[in-house]
Amino acid sequence: MGKFILKRIGLACVTVFIVTAAIFFMTHILPGNAAERILGPFAERSNVIALEKELGLNRPLPVQYFNWIKQTLSGSFGNSVQFKSPVEGVLFPSMLYSLRLASLAFVIVVPLSIFGGVVAAINRGKLIDRIITVGGLSAAVVPEFVWAVVLVLVVGVKLEWLPVTAYPDDGSSISTVFGYLVLPSIALVLVLFGYISRIARAGVIEALDSDYARTAILKGLTKRQAVNRHVLRNALLPTIAVIASQVPYLVGGLVAVEVVFNYPGFGSLLLTSVQYRDYPILQAGVLVVSVVIVGMQLIADILFAVLNPRIRQKVSE
Amino acid sequence: MTSPTPSLELRNLSVSYRVRGIERSVLRDISISIAPGEAYGLVGESGCGKSTAAFAAMRYLPRNGSITSGSILFEGNDITSLDEDRIKDLRINAISMVYQNPVNALNPTLRIGKQVAEVFKLLGKSEEESIELTKEALRKVQIAEPASVMGRYPHQLSGGMAQRVVIAMAIASNPRLLVMDEPTTGLDATVEAEVLDLVRDLRRESGTSVLFISHNLGVIRTMCDRIGVLYAGSLVEEGPTETVLNAPNHPYTVGLLRCIPKGGLNKNSERLDTIAGTPPSLGANLPGCVFVDRCTIAVDRCKTEKPELVDNGSGHFSKCFLSDQAVNMPRAKVPVSPNAQATPTSKSPLLEIEHLSKTFTQDTNDVRVLTDIALSLGEGETLGLVGESGSGKTTLARAILGIISPDEGSTISMHGKKLDALLGKRSAEEVGAVQIVFQNPDSALNRRHTVARIVARAVQKLAGKSREESEELAQNLLRDMSVDALLHSVKPSQLSGGLKQRVAIARSFAGKPELIVCDEPTSALDVSVQANILNLLVDLQKRERVSYIFISHDLGVVRYISDRIAVLYLGRLMELGTSEAVFNGPHHPYTEALLSSVPAIDGSQRVRIRLGGEIPNPSKPPSGCVLHPRCPRVAGSGVEHLCTSVEPPLAEVEPGHFMRCHIPLTNLEKLQSK
Amino acid sequence: MSSSPISLKHTAAQERRTMRKERIAVLRSNKAFVAGVILVGFWILCAIVGNWVVPQRPEFLDMMVTDLPPSGAHWFGTDGLGRDVFARVIVGSREILVMASLATVIGTVCGSAIGLVTGYFKGRLDLFVMRILDAISALPVLVIALLALSAVGGSSAVITVLIIGFVFTPIIARTVRAAVLGESELDYVAAARLRTEKTPYILFNEILPNVLPPIIVEFTIRLGYAVFAIATLSFLGVGVALGSPNWGSQVAENYSGIFIDTWWSTIFPAAAIATLAIGINLIADSVMEAFEL
Repeated sequence: MGKFILKRIGLACVTVFIVTAAIFFMTHILPGNAAERILGPFAERSNVIALEKELGLNRPLPVQYFNWIKQTLSGSFGNSVQFKSPVEGVLFPSMLYSLRLASLAFVIVVPLSIFGGVVAAINRGKLIDRIITVGGLSAAVVPEFVWAVVLVLVVGVKLEWLPVTAYPDDGSSISTVFGYLVLPSIALVLVLFGYISRIARAGVIEALDSDYARTAILKGLTKRQAVNRHVLRNALLPTIAVIASQVPYLVGGLVAVEVVFNYPGFGSLLLTSVQYRDYPILQAGVLVVSVVIVGMQLIADILFAVLNPRIRQKVSE
Repeated sequence: MTSPTPSLELRNLSVSYRVRGIERSVLRDISISIAPGEAYGLVGESGCGKSTAAFAAMRYLPRNGSITSGSILFEGNDITSLDEDRIKDLRINAISMVYQNPVNALNPTLRIGKQVAEVFKLLGKSEEESIELTKEALRKVQIAEPASVMGRYPHQLSGGMAQRVVIAMAIASNPRLLVMDEPTTGLDATVEAEVLDLVRDLRRESGTSVLFISHNLGVIRTMCDRIGVLYAGSLVEEGPTETVLNAPNHPYTVGLLRCIPKGGLNKNSERLDTIAGTPPSLGANLPGCVFVDRCTIAVDRCKTEKPELVDNGSGHFSKCFLSDQAVNMPRAKVPVSPNAQATPTSKSPLLEIEHLSKTFTQDTNDVRVLTDIALSLGEGETLGLVGESGSGKTTLARAILGIISPDEGSTISMHGKKLDALLGKRSAEEVGAVQIVFQNPDSALNRRHTVARIVARAVQKLAGKSREESEELAQNLLRDMSVDALLHSVKPSQLSGGLKQRVAIARSFAGKPELIVCDEPTSALDVSVQANILNLLVDLQKRERVSYIFISHDLGVVRYISDRIAVLYLGRLMELGTSEAVFNGPHHPYTEALLSSVPAIDGSQRVRIRLGGEIPNPSKPPSGCVLHPRCPRVAGSGVEHLCTSVEPPLAEVEPGHFMRCHIPLTNLEKLQSK
Repeated sequence: MSSSPISLKHTAAQERRTMRKERIAVLRSNKAFVAGVILVGFWILCAIVGNWVVPQRPEFLDMMVTDLPPSGAHWFGTDGLGRDVFARVIVGSREILVMASLATVIGTVCGSAIGLVTGYFKGRLDLFVMRILDAISALPVLVIALLALSAVGGSSAVITVLIIGFVFTPIIARTVRAAVLGESELDYVAAARLRTEKTPYILFNEILPNVLPPIIVEFTIRLGYAVFAIATLSFLGVGVALGSPNWGSQVAENYSGIFIDTWWSTIFPAAAIATLAIGINLIADSVMEAFEL
């Protein structure tokens, strides 16, 4: 089992490496660079060249990338171009904010969608099933910012139930902070719910239609007993994989939602960094995001292997 | 004469399924009565509704199924509309079921011990008691190491072992009725025999009533006191097993029994009889007799009126207006004169295989699936290939075809010329010369292509004809195989199993085949259709002088169609000889055990030789002769020391008869004639 | 044979016809499918004839009529620059539909090709390609698109279409690959090799027709997500030509209006996005169900 885990970690690292390299080359190959952006389109050519030299932008690309790796491994991410301060100081606080928002959304959506999927599956074909399935998937396909705007209008402005920025004043209590985070989280939840609940539903249906579920009933278990003891453990296995696959969408959704709610999280930072060509932040940000996403997939993979006897046995041979 | 309350009674039961919005009849007004302690066999081909009847007895129907009329009675009590709670109690205490696919019937993420113990907990036992009782239950079904099995997961069990576990779960509550739905279909012959022995023993001990569902008449014969024959959801004949099978009274039963290759019949002596046509589609509207479209003695009355149950005496009933004429109904085809010459003229062999081995590498293990096979096949000859799981017969077939490349040193030659191991390197003629008919026609025919295209393309590529020529030739080929021209533009999913297989056979004849590998070509087909296909293959062989390598687990079919037979065990050739020599003996101990485990439909009984244990893992073969841990003839053979240490060579013990066994032929003869 | 050849064919053809009729009947009675077709059909109509049908020109600024609520003259009101919101919403359908369709087609074609090849050959090629696909899906669509578009300068519809197509490729490739893995196990593939067929023939003439259903289903699902992505990108200010009446940027421009009660210039474009996306999704869902029959 240990070998399996190590192998998976190795593969994960390779993936992260590929991702950061790809992003690095992509952003640097295409026209326009940070120096030009900072000094503006009317700056003197000589000033631009001087700044380029200062930022190390005149070196060949592989060298730049290599320098960046060296720098990162020794613990420093460099300095932000737009804020003129170390990247860590800007990046990590923003990530913390995003983490709060993302965690709330995650904590709401996972149990909710699994529950929704199970209910839909058990009531297959009935109205409640159609509502959950069709409703969920329809909601999933509407962009987060649309949900956010509608929520702001209806809940925030018209009904005045909840605040419409996600960022309360410093020193507010946990419950106030929570209140501010509710609307943006809901926007994220609405988009993530559909797909996870659909996979949970499919898993439960497959398990309900299986021969072993039939055996459970014919042994004399009630439907509820059969579901709890036999069906769920098999049905929810594929759901683990799908939850991990939704993490990228969660991160992507953060960008739009943070803009609507004016929230100083990683999403907003990404947007402004892109506008400023702030490569140090972008590189560091991409690195952290890919580590998080790939890490979640890794955990899901390992969890799946541990819980699935077929794979667990194969792996430990 | 007062008869005791029947254990199970289905009274005028009709069941229908809702498919794509329409209600379709699956069971039509059937009435069955099983006395306490009796074993009742329900027999029929695919789609006849027998599984539905089994599940109805458990009051379990799929989501789209419903009982449209009639009733189900258990021990005299009407359970048709009983609420779920009471049904649940019945299932816990009184009625149990054994399923067709045992590994799938177990929860893949729970250990065996837990699943079996659950049954005891439902009976009210405590946790510790349940575990003890589980161990006992597993021992009762002859599992040697219960503790070890209890810790395993279903996918770690063999089919036979899994079925024992399912049986253990079923008998745990000492049920009064046991419903068994094709419990041994899909198991190897020797394993099947063991499981059936077990069921018989358990029945004798407990006196449970049994409802036994199967399509295999031989199995039913050995297990059941009375049988019912089901066709298109209707019970057409019923009675004591011996009576029905020896003196059937319904045209369908008569036809069915005639289709099955029996005893000493072989292709040269007599054609198999067939039942023309195909069963009606699911839920079709059948105003008259359900069998009328295929019956050779049907009259007008049969089309419009439903026949009543005719009492033929001593509990033997049939649903036919003409039941007394049934047994003499005309055969579908004219039997071939017994002197038709089909023995191959001996020339140089067509196919020669030497030192064929195949090793698969799975992760880090090397698994030797085939070891040192040597065979030869003449023109127009059929070699039957027999073996259970792990024997390597499918691998052998695929190696000959070139789909799999065998290990270094293996040679496959046609007409003395060596065939390249890689299919891609063989010429079009070579490829066309060696073809295959697969087991599953649904998988073998591209469901998005029309029948005509499938065959025409093969002609185009293998016979090198132009597009237009190929189309015409394909039409001829298909017509030859009795696939009517009007069906040529149809896709395979529209055809019945038998027709699909004919298309596959037509395709294999597209080039100029000299050897066709038939890999279980009739195993997925109903018995009546099987006879048709076998007749076709025999005719084609006579006309085209094509050779067959015929793989099948059905020994009756192999015996009927083969000139010579090869018996494989764990990738090794155990015996090779003419059909008669191998079947009549003296034969290899493995062959002996194999033959004795097949329940014969004509009731003839061989001495039952049991093969203990399980088929070994091919990656860890036993030392010496690979059969020795299970061989019934090792003890007392006088050569025990050799069997455990030295692998016997394939030796010619009689002219043309080869065996891989240390025991001298004369000793085998003596031992086997007892 | 008691059943004549003619009746045999009739039964076969009848079976085929009844099955198809039943499928279509199920589809037609599926309210979701009908609703989806109506929604999407409406927007396609707008995309085609929008320009000629709207009462005002979408770019027409009139600082005299800014922020007017919906009325007889302006069905959806006017925005902060006095432009007719109705016209902008109707005409805005063309851009997003064209871009989403193109992106999805690109992604589907590339993804299917990759899926076919990796699913059939397996082995090292498969592992290598899957690694790369994993890397592409390790980042959110949005992030990749943002980065790529920013590098180019922000307003290129072409790059947007290409990037979205690029990001869809791994998702579709995975689905197609799984389907192809299943198909290549079937015997007709071996039968094709036993006819000396070459690999391209096997991939395109034997396997592809059988994996078309999942490809079609994926296409319809991805189309919905393409609309999603393009709308979001234009909301964030990247990816579309400046000045064109696209829905995302309309929402972005007029969002602050929500707080001063001029909600119509934001909500109507937002509703347009929602209805188009949901419409496509309803069709996709029904198609998927129909294929499962």
